[in-house]
Amino acid sequence: MATQDMAVAEPFLSMQGINKSFGNIPALIGASLEVREGEVMALIGQNGAGKSTMIKVLNGFSRKDAGTITVNGAPWAATSPEMAQRGGISTIFQEINLIPFRSVTENIYLGREIKTRFGLLDLKAMQAGARALLAEFDIDVDVRRPLGEFSTAIQQMVAIARAVSFEARLVIMDEPTSSLDDTEVGVLFETIRRLKAKRVAVVFVSHKLDELYAVCDRVTVMRDGRTVAVSTMAEMTKLQLVATMLGRDLAEVRRAGATAFTEGSRAIGEELLSVRDLGVGRRVRDASLSVRRGEIVGLAGLLGAGRTETARAIFGADPHEKGSIRFQGKETDFAAPADAIQAGIGFCSEDRKHEGIIPGMSVRENLTLALLPALSRAGIVDEGRQREIVLRFIKEIGIKCSSPEQKIRELSGGNQQKVLLARWLCMNPKLLILDEPTRGIDVGAKAEIQRLIRKLADDGLGVLMISSEIEEIVEGSDRVFVLRDGKMTAEFDGEAITEPAVMDAMAHAHGEVA
Amino acid sequence: MPRLHASAGFGALLALLLIIGFGAWRYDGFISEYNILTVLRYNSMFALVGLGMCFVIMTGGIDLSVGSVAALSSVVAAYLSPYGLIPGLLGGLAAGVAAGTINGFIISKMKILPFIATLATMLAASGVALLLSNQQSVPASYDTNFMALGQGDFALYAPDWVNGEDAGFFGAVIRIFLGFPIPAWIALFAYLLGSLILNRTAFGRHVLAVGGGEEASRLMGLPTDRTIFLVYVMSGLLAGMAGVILAAQFGAGQPIEGIGWELFAIASVVVGGTLLTGGKGSVGATLVGTLLLGILFTVLNFENGMGWISLSAYWQSVLRGGFLFVVVILQSRLTRSTAAA
Amino acid sequence: MSSTTQNAPSPVPGSVGSPPRGGIASLLSRRHIGTIAALIALLIFNFIFTPHFATMQTLSVNLTQVCVIVIVGVGMTMVIATGGIDLSVGSIMAIAGAFAPQIFQGMLFPVPNLYVGIALAIVMSITIAGFFGLFNGWLVSSFRVQPIIATLILYIAGRGIAQVWTNGDLQVFKVPEFQQIAIGRVFGVPFQVWIMLALVLIAAWALQRTVFGRQVLAVGGNEQAARLAGIPVRRVKRLVYVISGVCSGIAGLIVIAMNSAADANLIGMGIELDVIAAVAVGGTLLSGGRATIIGTLLGALIIQLVRYTLLANGVPDAAALVVKAGLIVLAVWLQRQDRA
Repeated sequence: MATQDMAVAEPFLSMQGINKSFGNIPALIGASLEVREGEVMALIGQNGAGKSTMIKVLNGFSRKDAGTITVNGAPWAATSPEMAQRGGISTIFQEINLIPFRSVTENIYLGREIKTRFGLLDLKAMQAGARALLAEFDIDVDVRRPLGEFSTAIQQMVAIARAVSFEARLVIMDEPTSSLDDTEVGVLFETIRRLKAKRVAVVFVSHKLDELYAVCDRVTVMRDGRTVAVSTMAEMTKLQLVATMLGRDLAEVRRAGATAFTEGSRAIGEELLSVRDLGVGRRVRDASLSVRRGEIVGLAGLLGAGRTETARAIFGADPHEKGSIRFQGKETDFAAPADAIQAGIGFCSEDRKHEGIIPGMSVRENLTLALLPALSRAGIVDEGRQREIVLRFIKEIGIKCSSPEQKIRELSGGNQQKVLLARWLCMNPKLLILDEPTRGIDVGAKAEIQRLIRKLADDGLGVLMISSEIEEIVEGSDRVFVLRDGKMTAEFDGEAITEPAVMDAMAHAHGEVA
Repeated sequence: MPRLHASAGFGALLALLLIIGFGAWRYDGFISEYNILTVLRYNSMFALVGLGMCFVIMTGGIDLSVGSVAALSSVVAAYLSPYGLIPGLLGGLAAGVAAGTINGFIISKMKILPFIATLATMLAASGVALLLSNQQSVPASYDTNFMALGQGDFALYAPDWVNGEDAGFFGAVIRIFLGFPIPAWIALFAYLLGSLILNRTAFGRHVLAVGGGEEASRLMGLPTDRTIFLVYVMSGLLAGMAGVILAAQFGAGQPIEGIGWELFAIASVVVGGTLLTGGKGSVGATLVGTLLLGILFTVLNFENGMGWISLSAYWQSVLRGGFLFVVVILQSRLTRSTAAA
Repeated sequence: MSSTTQNAPSPVPGSVGSPPRGGIASLLSRRHIGTIAALIALLIFNFIFTPHFATMQTLSVNLTQVCVIVIVGVGMTMVIATGGIDLSVGSIMAIAGAFAPQIFQGMLFPVPNLYVGIALAIVMSITIAGFFGLFNGWLVSSFRVQPIIATLILYIAGRGIAQVWTNGDLQVFKVPEFQQIAIGRVFGVPFQVWIMLALVLIAAWALQRTVFGRQVLAVGGNEQAARLAGIPVRRVKRLVYVISGVCSGIAGLIVIAMNSAADANLIGMGIELDVIAAVAVGGTLLSGGRATIIGTLLGALIIQLVRYTLLANGVPDAAALVVKAGLIVLAVWLQRQDRA
C-alpha cells in the first residue's frame, strides 16, 4: 500500500530511454513514459507510433532492448503479464481479453482463485465476490453463466472489473471504449474517477479525442517510436494534439478539417439497393434503407443496434428471416457472398484481421482474391494481367508496400485496408458496403481512405458506410439512416444531417429495451 | 456449471442406458456378474487413457501417443514385475510420465502443434518398446503379486455369507462390490480425482481457460505453458497406468498393443460431448463415452454368440464408425442450435 | 528479394520485387533449400558409407518405397493446406484395393475381356475412393465437423467395409497386365514412379497456378475472409477431400499390383502417419495456408533415405522409428524458427 505522504514529485511509474526492435525494425527509440500516483495519463499516437509496444514492454509481454523502468522508485522487471499483474500493473487489452466459454466468475478469478482450507476452489465465495465486484460497476448479471452469452460491452466491463479487482496500482486500458455505448462509457469514466480517488494510476489509450479531455489529466504523445510531447490536457488543444501526433504544422491540420470528406458532387443516380423490413436473428428486427448510384449512405447506430448484421445480410454472409432486398430493381436473396459479389457488391468487414486479410498471402494475392475467377482461363490464373492490375491499384490508391509480393500481415492497418478496398474496386462493383472503414487506422491513412471513398462515390459508385465515428457519418454521408435496437428509426438527407440530430436519433429512448 | 454441458453428456448417458437395457432384454447373461466384471476389467484401461485424453482435449490439444505409450509402459512394467508389484507399477508409470514430459516439452516449449508432436512421440515410444522387447511380448512374473493390478479383486475378503445360497440381493451387491476388479477401482479412483481436479482446483479451471482461449489466458497471467505441459504429463501418466494394467491383465508386456487406442479414446471423449476445440468438457461424460463404446462392443460379441445373424468381427468397426458418425452429426446439430440461440 | 528471370514478361514500369516466375523451375522455391540440402547430405553420406548405394537397384527400392506415401501425400498436402487432415487415407486405400481385383476378375459382373476389366477396375475403384473422400468432405464442409473427427469415422469404418466386402480374405491374383501399373518399367524406372511424378507435378502446378489452388490456400489462410471474398469455401473443402480420396484410391491399386494380392486387413495400414510425417518434414504448414507438394515429395524421400541409411548400416528398424520421430519434430521446429 502506498502511503499518502509519498513525495508527489516522484512518479509512480517511470520508463526512460526504452529501445525495442523487432528484427531490424525499431519500434521504440528512446521512448519514455511517466505516470504519477492517482493520475490518468493519456497515451496517444498514430498506428505504429509505439504505444502498444510500450505497453507490452511495461507489462512483460515483450522484453525491452535497452532503457530503465522503475515502479515506486524500484527497478521493474516483469517478464510476463502474470508477474506484472502481481506487481500491481494490470492491462486490459484491446481485442482478446477473456474466455467466452467460461463463466463470468471464472473470468474474474482466473489466476488467483479463492480456495478453501483443503486447497479446493471456494465456488460460493468466488461467485459472491464476482457479484459484489460487478455491482460496483452497476452490472447485474448471472455470474455463473458463460461470459460469451453476454454482449461485448458487458464482456469489456468484466475485463475492466477484473483488472481493477487485482488491487492494481496502475491499470493500462488499451482502447477500452471501442465497444462501449455512451452509457457504458459513462460508467467506465466513473470507474476511472473512482480509481483515481483510490490513488490508482491509469494509462488510457484511445483514438477518441473527446474521451481524453473528459477523463485524462495529462497526455503523452508518441510518434515513430519516440515520445514527442508530454503535457497536461488543459494545455493542449485538440488541434495541437493531432498536429503533434502527425508531426505536422498546425495550419496544415486546420485546413484538412476533422475528416477528409468533402462535399460530394451530388450527381446522384437511380436507386441501386433497396432494403425493406429486414429481419435477421434477434439483432435486426425491422431495417429499411436504400442506396443510390453515386452517393454515400451512412448507417449510424449504437453498438449492437444491428448495423453490421444488416450489412452482412445484404451481402449474403448471413441469412435473413424476413424482409426483402432489391438490388438494381430485382428482388434478390443472396445465398452466399459469392452471389452478391457476382451481382456487383463488395463488402469490407469491420474485422480486418479475422474477416479481411489472408495474413500469409502477398499483397498481390490478397488484392485479387475475389477477382481470381475473372482473371483466369480454364481455371488457370493469368499472371500477367494479375500483376498489371495489382500494380495499377498499388499506384492509384497509394498502397505502401515494398513489393506486390510482400506479405499483407507486414503492412500497417491503413495499407491493409487499402488493399481490401482495392480487392473490391478491381471488380468494378456497383455497390460497396464498408463496415467501419477507418477503424484502428492512423490519422494520415484515415484521411486518404476518406478521400478515396468520396472520389469513388463521385465516380458513380454507391457506398453504404457504417461508422461509429459521428463526424465521419455526418461529414461523409449524403444520406444517413439510423438504426436503433434493430429498427430503422430515422433518415436524414442533405442539410438535415447534423451531429445533434443523428446522435439524438441514435441515443433516443436508449434503455427502453433491456 | 456441470449442469450446462451435462446436456451433451446426457444424450450419451441415455444411449448407454438404452444399450444396457437392450442387452439385458435380448441376451441371457448380459447382466451376469461375470459379464459385468469382464466389461469393467477390460474397459478400465480405455477409461484411463480416455481420462488423460479428455484433459488434453479440453486444453484444445490432442495426444496421439497414448496407445504406444501404454504399450511401452506395459513392456517396462513386465520387465520390472519380477521385483514385485511396486517396482512394476512405478516403472510403468515412470515410462508414461517420461513420454508425457517429452510431449509437454515439445508442445509447450518448442511450440509445435500437439498433433504433430504426439505423432512423433507415438512413433518414438513404439520404437523404444520394440527395441526393449526385441519385438516380442515380454512375460510378466507370476511369482510376485504384480498380476493383481490387472486381474485381482477383493473377493477374498468377502464374508462367507454373501457367497451362500441365501445371500439375497444385498449379499449379491456386496459380492460384486468386493469382486470389483482392481483395475476398475483404479479407474474409478482416477475419475473421481480427475473430476475433483477439473471442477474444484485452480489447475482444472486453467485447463478449461487455456482451451477456451490460450492467448487470452496468457494475457490474464495464467501459467498457460505449465498448464499445457502438465496435461500431457498427466495423459502420459494415465497411459502408463493403462500400460501397467495391460501387462498385468494379459500376463505380458505387449509392444505392439495399443494401435488405435488414441482414436478410440478420442471417440470416447467426443461421444461424451467434450468440445474438440477445447474449453468445454466433462470428466464424467468421458467415462460414459468410454463405457458406451465398450458396451457396444460387448453387445456385438453377444450378438455373435447368439449365432442368429452371424455378424463377422469386421462389422464391428463398421458399426463403431457408424455410431461415431451418428454422434458427430447429432453433436454438430446440437452445438449449432445452441450457438444460434 | 528482387530477382527476375528470362521467363517473366518484361516488368511493368514501377514494378518492384520479384514477380512470380513461370515454368516448372518456379515450383521449387527458396523455402525448399533446407530440405534439399538435407537430402543431398544424406545422399553424400550414403555414397561414402553405404555399400552398393549407387546402384539402380537401390534407387528403385527407395523410390518404390516412397511412391505410395507420396501419392497419398499429394492429396494430404491439399487437405492440410485448407487447414484440415485426412486420417482415412489408409482405409480408403483398402477399399479401392479390395474392390479392384473383384472387378477385373469378373467376380462382380461379367467383363468382356481382361483389358476392359482392368480399365473398369481402375476407373471404378478410384471413383469409389473419390466418393468416400466426398463423404469426408461433406462432413467437414456441411456439418462443420472437425476434420480429425470427420475422417476418424472412415478411418474406423472404412477398413471394416473393405473387410466385410472381402470377408477378410486375402485375394490373390496373377494378372501381369494389371500389375504393370506398379512394376512395369519405362526407361528402367518403375511405372508407379512415373505415376507419382506426374501427380506431383500436376498438383504442384495446380496449387500455384490455378484458381482452385489459390483458393485452397486462401481457405487455409483465413476461412472467414475467404468466404467474404466470394470463395466457395464449402466446395473447395469438399474437393480437397475428394482429391485425397482419389489419390488414396490410386495408391491402393498400386499396392495390390505390387503384392499381386489384396488384403483388406493390411493395405494402407498406418500409412496416414507416414504421409503426415512426409508432409510435415516437407515444409507444409500443418495449420493450413501454406503448402508445397514438391516439399512433400522431398520430405518422403528424406524419411525413406534416413530409414534406408540406418537399416543398411545395421540399425534395427525399431530404432529408425525413433529417428523418424526426431526428424518430424526437428523439421516442424525449424519451420517455426523460419517463420519467427
